Amino acid sequence: MAVTLTETAAGRVKHFLANRGKGIGLRLGVKTSGCSGMAYIIEFVDELNADDQVFEDKDVKVIVDAKSLLYLDGTELDFTKEGLNEGFQFNNPNVKDECGCGESFHV
Amino acid sequence: MALLQISEPGQTAAPHQRKFAVGIDLGTTNSLVATVRSGEAQPLADNEGNKMLPSVVQYQQNDIRVGYPALAEAELDPENTIISVKRFMGRSLDDVLQTYPELPYQFEGDSTHLSRIKTRQGNKSPIEVSADILTELKNRAENVLGDELQGAVITVPAYFDDAQRQGTKDAARIAGLKVLRLLNEPTAAAIAYGLDSKQEGEIAVYDLGGGTFDISILKLERGVFEVLATGGDSALGGDDFDQAIVNWIKAQAGLTHTLSSRERRVLKEQAKKAKEVLSDSEQVNIEFLLDNHQTIALTLTLAEFNELILPLVQKTIIACRRSLKDADLKADEIKDVVLVGGSTRVPLVREKVADFFGQTPLSSIDPDEVVAVGASIQADILVGNKPDSEMVLLDVTPLSLGLETMGGLTEKIISRNTTIPVAKAQEFTTFKDGQTAMAIHVVQGERELVKDCRSLARFELRDIPPMAAGAAHIRVTFQVDADGLLSVTAMEKSTGVQASIQVKPSYGLEEEEILTMLKSSIDNAQDDVQARRLAEQVVEAARMLESLGNALKADGHLLTDESREALYNELADLQRLTEQTDAEAIKKQIEKIDHLSQDFAAARMDQSIKQALKGQQVDEI
Repeated sequence: MAVTLTETAAGRVKHFLANRGKGIGLRLGVKTSGCSGMAYIIEFVDELNADDQVFEDKDVKVIVDAKSLLYLDGTELDFTKEGLNEGFQFNNPNVKDECGCGESFHV
Repeated sequence: MALLQISEPGQTAAPHQRKFAVGIDLGTTNSLVATVRSGEAQPLADNEGNKMLPSVVQYQQNDIRVGYPALAEAELDPENTIISVKRFMGRSLDDVLQTYPELPYQFEGDSTHLSRIKTRQGNKSPIEVSADILTELKNRAENVLGDELQGAVITVPAYFDDAQRQGTKDAARIAGLKVLRLLNEPTAAAIAYGLDSKQEGEIAVYDLGGGTFDISILKLERGVFEVLATGGDSALGGDDFDQAIVNWIKAQAGLTHTLSSRERRVLKEQAKKAKEVLSDSEQVNIEFLLDNHQTIALTLTLAEFNELILPLVQKTIIACRRSLKDADLKADEIKDVVLVGGSTRVPLVREKVADFFGQTPLSSIDPDEVVAVGASIQADILVGNKPDSEMVLLDVTPLSLGLETMGGLTEKIISRNTTIPVAKAQEFTTFKDGQTAMAIHVVQGERELVKDCRSLARFELRDIPPMAAGAAHIRVTFQVDADGLLSVTAMEKSTGVQASIQVKPSYGLEEEEILTMLKSSIDNAQDDVQARRLAEQVVEAARMLESLGNALKADGHLLTDESREALYNELADLQRLTEQTDAEAIKKQIEKIDHLSQDFAAARMDQSIKQALKGQQVDEI
């Protein structure tokens, strides 16, 4: 089981972590809510929880809790630009259905 | 597809609930908008990549231009192109004309009221002009962030009084922005450098912009910024450096003729460019053509430039010295010095500031952006994107608030530099036997005599029961909210009769005027709503075309030829409608197809269940 980052995403995460000045890595996760069932979590991590799994990809520690990992296995996190906006995007192979906005999904 | 940002631990918002807030530096010469994304505060650029928006508004016949396009027209259409409107904010017409006698604008209205500028789109108050600048920044932010803003922190100079602050808030309201709070510019700059997380100490903020110079001495104590002193020169800035170079070029090149407007512009551009080059070079070549095709070529060295601007820089240092004296501090007691404003890139400025304060000033954040960046950090906290443990910065009243007592004396109720929000009460009594009413005159300022302070509001408390002089107990409460706005209540204690006033600055707008402006901004918003509705329906239609199209391709055989044909025809109609602009028609068509395709959906469902069951034993199910 694994979760990975694209080069661009890894570069941005490192930049944001450095800018923040603290934090051990990046948490990716899911929670139930949203118009299509589940929503992504993307947060800085200051401390680990007992059920966390830590992956290391391109010098970035990616932290995923055990339950979320079921839904995120094989996911690649990307960082893209859309017009003037920019941000992270989950390329998640487990997703069957997304709401139009892509903020929530369904497996 | 929504693009996600990294949140603080445990702060991920639910989908479609993300809270976007911005910081806005509404400057005299330039304005900026910044926001925090993935924990990083950054100014937002427009489509052309410009972060700065010149604070210039041009009123055309049917259009309002803001920023660079307006600036480009300033020379051709000076009467309708409002530059640096912030100078007029919250000031009476008399006041404006006295301070700036050479303005190209035609002012309208009563001399003791808010100044209004006559344009071809009617009379515009400084508040409306500011609202147009804020609208431009709001649209930029929503365009970049792809969502509506939850609120904004807008910065104002530390010396802005109540009228000017209220004017700024009203401008935001007209622009449809929710003001999370107003923040003093020097405080915002200090926040950008994270100085608010330090425990205490005195900070100097040296702000040299295009046309204004401000020095503020702040005191930080337990997370509260107090403004100890402010000073500066409202007519000194980078433009004066440019002018010094222009004068030097004219002298060196022996230009004695009256310059054409083209030559004046070229000279000004050359001077500005030379100044910028000299920020990190030892010398610069200046070359341009006169109208008579004669080429002028000169070399300006950094040493020469420094000599030209030395008197100007000295003036700022004198102002720093005066402010320190006001704050009762010595230069070496200042813990940090923060540089703000594009003109602080000039090496001589940095050198003289460093000499005066005996330390290297903080300059790692772009001095043009530092105020907006600080405001956006504060906005991010106020809108709730940070854990509760993050302290919300407190502010203080810039001037004392009080009321007039007998003999034209000021009685201070809330003294300056009191942390806000705050409420304070004091008891007063009647002066004459049988007095049944009391006039309350609210004033702002440090002076003892009412005539030397600024009048904020007047109201009357009536129906005081007749009593002997001095027997009535009238409790007057002053309350200042988090934005520094004041409300005053007076109550007679034995009967409970009370009167109150929300202080409307003497040079502000009437509520009714604000409502009219709001209404006109809403009228424009109607168009926006229409556009949004159409865009939503087009997306919905595209989704239907795609999904139903695929389904028909895969399982079209489940339908009779006529029904299939009918569905294809309806889809073709839908496709046509999406190329037009009638949102309602698209919606109706989608509903129609939805209804028509229900049997088809049921047939597909049956088929997939059958397939799933095929080849399985009954007991396996």
